[in-house]
Amino acid sequence: MSTDQPRPNPRPGFVLEVDRQTPPILFHHGEGFRLERLPVGRSRVIYPGEPLIGLPDPDGAIVDALLNPIDDDPLPALMRPGMKLTIAFDDISLPLPPMQRPDVRQRIIEAVLDMAAAAGVDDVHIIAALCLHRRMTDAELRHAVGDRVFEAFSPDGLLYNHDAEDPENMVILGHTDHDEAVQMNRRAAESDLVVYVNINLVSMDGGWKSTATGLSGYEGVKAHHNVKTMRHSRSFMDQDNSELHRSNWRQGDIIKKHGPRIFQIETTVNTNVFGHEGPMSVLQKREWEWSMKDRASFTAMQTGLKRMPSAAKRKVFQAWRAPYELTSVQAGEVEAVHKRTTEMVYRQHLVPVQGQTDILTMGLPYLTPYNVNSIMNPILVMVQGLGYFFNLYRGKPVVREGGVLIMTHPTPWEFHPVHHPSYIDFFEQVLAETTDPIEIEKRYEKQFAEDEWYRHLYRTSNAYHGVHPFYMWYWGSHALAYLGQVIIVGGDKRAVRRLGFKPASTMQDALEMAEDVVGPKPTITHVHNPPILMADVTD
Amino acid sequence: MVEQSWSGRYPEVMIADQLAGKRIAITGSTGFLGTALVERLMRGVPDCELVLLVRAGKRSTPAQRVRREVFRNDAFDRMRSESGTDEFWEEVERRVHVVVGDVGRDGLGLDDEGRRLFASCDTVIHSAATVSFDAPIDGAVEVNLLGPTRIANTLNELGVSPHFISVSTCYVAGNRRGAAPEQLLSDSPFHIDVDWRSEVTAARRSRADADAQSRSTGQLESFRKRARHELGAAGTPLLSARTEQIRQRWVSDHLVEAGRARAASLGWPDAYAYTKALGERALDESKGDLRVSIVRPAIIESSWSLPTAGWIKGFRMAEPIIISYARGLLKEFPGVPEGVVDVIPVDIVVNAIAAVAARGHAGNDDIDITQVASGTRNPLQYRRLVNLVSSWFGENPLYDRKGQPIAVPAWSFPGRGAVERRLNRIQRNLDVADKALKMLPLRGKQAMVNAEVEEQREEVGRAVGYVKIYGAYAECEALYGVDNLIALHDALDDADKAEFGCDPAIVDWDVYVQQVHLPTVVQHARVKTTGERSDPDARTKRLRKRVLAPERQLAAFDLENTIIASNVVFSYAWLATRNLGPADRVRFTLKTLTEAPGLLALDQRDRTDFLRHFYRRYEGASVDELDRLGPQLLADHILTKAFPDALRRVREHRRLGHKTVLITGALDVVVKPLAPLFDDIICAEMTDNDGVYTGELKAVPPTGEVRAQALRDYAELHDIDLAESVAYADSSSDLPLLDAVGFPVAINPETRLASMATKRGWLIEFWSTAEGGAAKPLPLGPLPSLRRSRR
Repeated sequence: MSTDQPRPNPRPGFVLEVDRQTPPILFHHGEGFRLERLPVGRSRVIYPGEPLIGLPDPDGAIVDALLNPIDDDPLPALMRPGMKLTIAFDDISLPLPPMQRPDVRQRIIEAVLDMAAAAGVDDVHIIAALCLHRRMTDAELRHAVGDRVFEAFSPDGLLYNHDAEDPENMVILGHTDHDEAVQMNRRAAESDLVVYVNINLVSMDGGWKSTATGLSGYEGVKAHHNVKTMRHSRSFMDQDNSELHRSNWRQGDIIKKHGPRIFQIETTVNTNVFGHEGPMSVLQKREWEWSMKDRASFTAMQTGLKRMPSAAKRKVFQAWRAPYELTSVQAGEVEAVHKRTTEMVYRQHLVPVQGQTDILTMGLPYLTPYNVNSIMNPILVMVQGLGYFFNLYRGKPVVREGGVLIMTHPTPWEFHPVHHPSYIDFFEQVLAETTDPIEIEKRYEKQFAEDEWYRHLYRTSNAYHGVHPFYMWYWGSHALAYLGQVIIVGGDKRAVRRLGFKPASTMQDALEMAEDVVGPKPTITHVHNPPILMADVTD
Repeated sequence: MVEQSWSGRYPEVMIADQLAGKRIAITGSTGFLGTALVERLMRGVPDCELVLLVRAGKRSTPAQRVRREVFRNDAFDRMRSESGTDEFWEEVERRVHVVVGDVGRDGLGLDDEGRRLFASCDTVIHSAATVSFDAPIDGAVEVNLLGPTRIANTLNELGVSPHFISVSTCYVAGNRRGAAPEQLLSDSPFHIDVDWRSEVTAARRSRADADAQSRSTGQLESFRKRARHELGAAGTPLLSARTEQIRQRWVSDHLVEAGRARAASLGWPDAYAYTKALGERALDESKGDLRVSIVRPAIIESSWSLPTAGWIKGFRMAEPIIISYARGLLKEFPGVPEGVVDVIPVDIVVNAIAAVAARGHAGNDDIDITQVASGTRNPLQYRRLVNLVSSWFGENPLYDRKGQPIAVPAWSFPGRGAVERRLNRIQRNLDVADKALKMLPLRGKQAMVNAEVEEQREEVGRAVGYVKIYGAYAECEALYGVDNLIALHDALDDADKAEFGCDPAIVDWDVYVQQVHLPTVVQHARVKTTGERSDPDARTKRLRKRVLAPERQLAAFDLENTIIASNVVFSYAWLATRNLGPADRVRFTLKTLTEAPGLLALDQRDRTDFLRHFYRRYEGASVDELDRLGPQLLADHILTKAFPDALRRVREHRRLGHKTVLITGALDVVVKPLAPLFDDIICAEMTDNDGVYTGELKAVPPTGEVRAQALRDYAELHDIDLAESVAYADSSSDLPLLDAVGFPVAINPETRLASMATKRGWLIEFWSTAEGGAAKPLPLGPLPSLRRSRR
């Protein structure tokens, strides 16, 4: 999706030192925003790079990638009549927010199906590789794969959600030398070829994680979705230093040996989340460059939002579809493909940052991978801040060990009853007892993971798996152990305390509270995300 | 500490000597005065034997009753500690004979052994009475009026003539001002001559009359209405049980009222004094050659010093009034400020009886009379009593639930009429509030307001009762002569004066009220006397723990408003609109809303009829289609409306190994998605014809009593003890289900259930849907996708 006029070359991300001329800085705050002034002389703001320019002909680029794969034969050469072909694709958790139609997955799946049809392949299944995520609704599936594919496959039951709790249709491919079980969807495992369609929004996505996790189940993912692994992933966004990825890659070795042939397709999109024009575009501009029009539309938006009840605000925001542009597509052998993808992700996301900070601030938006068309409950607030944003670094965290993390988010005590039933119980029952990830893992994980009711809801309704809130908590466990304190500005006080964090009503209060932990005159760094950036931190 | 006026040591004294080797029969030993009397004789007269005439209890023999109600009472603490427990019981065994007897029956219901023992007694002390001032007239007549005569007749039949001491009351003198000397009523100038025999006949007839009246069509209808108002649609068996209860209560109230009216018409304050007075007259006529003494105490209250200062048994006349006052509920109580409240400590009464027994009959043929009262000898003015009480509570306040001290109101000494009018007005207002609240469709915490109103209503109701019953006493200005009593006291030697003294002058009212009586009353009333804030949830937590104890066997759950905030109309609405376009939806919503009041009314009248009527709407629906919609119904309708706490609780029970059962009048198609949550589901099922629902039910849907029966059947089949089981429900129509188990739990109860659950001490839980769940007035199915509607 290109704009009519050619855009100037995108500027890279950079670090701004806050001085007297710096205007108030934009903080996301759930379904709303705040403008905060940061202390002059000791604060800095990390800005993301501007969206890279998208490929002019995405469909052409896709076909080209399929015909000229990396370290593999062209896709048509892998197809023959009578073969079993399975196309697996990333679920609703990617990208964030969902992209405008047509979705990249639709473009790719249509291309793959064209080639399959040409090769006379008629046994094709299309599976949403959602692991323990919630099942996608028909409307969501339709959005991801497009009307044509949906109408052709869904009525015959050939387009469906992966079911990790279907005992008949899950197989164990083997165990790694670390005794990690490798589990896979039976249809995929017994296929002659699995084509996996990725959207690599952040550097964590893709590679062996696609198949080893996406098509797996509790048995397979518990090998790496645990506190120990997460605490040894510094960070899980940096594959070279991520225990999570090492484990997935070991599982990948077993898939290579005992599993189906995998044809990996990975794609990267730019950071054009809010568009270059329109009401939301102001959100991806730098504050001192806001035009009069930008200011007016921001003020109008703020005023409008203040008057709206939270459910209405949620509806407005959840309806947003991002005008992402495809920046690269590569296909072929998993690891080689993923290397190229990661380079592309880094090109868009990495921002060099020198030195750590005492206090890290971030404005949390309304969305995480787990509340698309849903509610961002307090546990997701935790995982957004301590799981995702905190871990968006290479080298070392932006904040020093023992430092303070300040996040802004309303953190309402609200849950989606259909999507997050086990979250409700986790919050009411488990977190009321303890917030220590190790303790939680030891005492409660099994009970939730094997709960028949959660299993039933995961399989037949649209609920996240019973164990999923635990993974959320583990995702933040590295940050929990590393940070001296976490403060949420403007959150529901009860909910914030239940998370084990400190509530503050204003940024000023939060900064003062933080000084009690890190000492006077602390340095402050604000991560201006989204659009997404990844800090490349050096000494 | 109170200074003990009489020492606890026992030198050889006259009374003990006189009664040594005697056998004394006592009726009413389980009562307040009776127990004190037994204690006094056991400890003060070591060589006498006692024959106790006691009725059998509902589940206990007379001997068991005596053991539990008399000798285990704290009155005997002192004796037990002085002689040692084993020795104490040995002594009881040796000196006390228990005989089955009932003064309400001719011949006293004695068996041969009983007759033999009774005949062998030297003295008979009759202290059995229906002391409740608001007893039904027929009961009071049988016991109070005829009791003494029956004893006299029995003794005459047995051909024995022991000394017969009958305990009566000063108030037989009736409502009048001025002196009331110790004389027979027939000797009084104010005597009204009524024939006690025709009073007996009339009283007996009045029960039959009231009973007949209560069975008239109009009355029965109104009882039924009242039961329905209280219980709602709880099903026929419960409603009829309650209706019958109300009828019996009505008959009883009617007889109480009849007694009060008859007493008032003849100038007595209440039925107690009236029946006692006629009892004296009847005894006078029937005594034959018996030597009879009558002892007439005034208002008996806690003891001055023996067996311990402040000893009392049961919550007696003045106590509820005092506590209501201290709690700020009773702001006024009628009374004349300079009038005398004739209170007499129980140990003085007991001593007087013992002294009369020791002395024997006064000599001539007539009945001799001793009044035990303080009014003339050592008067306690009403104003003084009120001042003592309010200053004591000023220093030792009770505390409310929030831990704040309650200030006692200033007393204004209003007349009885004024107080009654005021209280009646308050009661009427609360009645209206109660009625209005019951009509509102309230639930959960709002419904608890009703429980509070009802509690207040009952408290005010009690206050009205006290004023009606006791007001007459506080206003009574008769002065009871105690010449005989003083003579009795004076005749004692010095040692006996110290041990068995019965001169009311000994009582120091300041000490008695503030140091003896009030501390006892407060202690007995179990009220909050400190400002310590208790954990407001402590009770809930304790009850919850019991409900979730591992030894429970089954947990039964209602569905609507217990597990999901929804009902059959809502689920139907969802299913019915599933395939409707926007215009049809508007029409459907309007239609349903216009029908709503009618449906609601039908539902409140009879749940089963309502369900039958409503389920007709499913006629023609495809079985497969509804089946197919199950998962979506679960996600879209059931889960969004579910209480997460409820879902968690079901699974908690399952984890504990309890069987979990859903019992609901909802349709199987609607509850099917919930199947994995429970071990079993009992619900309404529709018949179908070639894959199309007929709209008719296979069997009576499990609601009301059917549900309770279904649960009983289920329990029997699975060998489950319902007394060890839990049931969760939200409305009074679920009462049969809740009543069927040992551990009922009310969930977001509606008004009626809220007040019932509060009264019965059930666990009440307030569960809500997940914040963030949709809140639609009428849940409609999702719009068909645009593509489909275009087609």
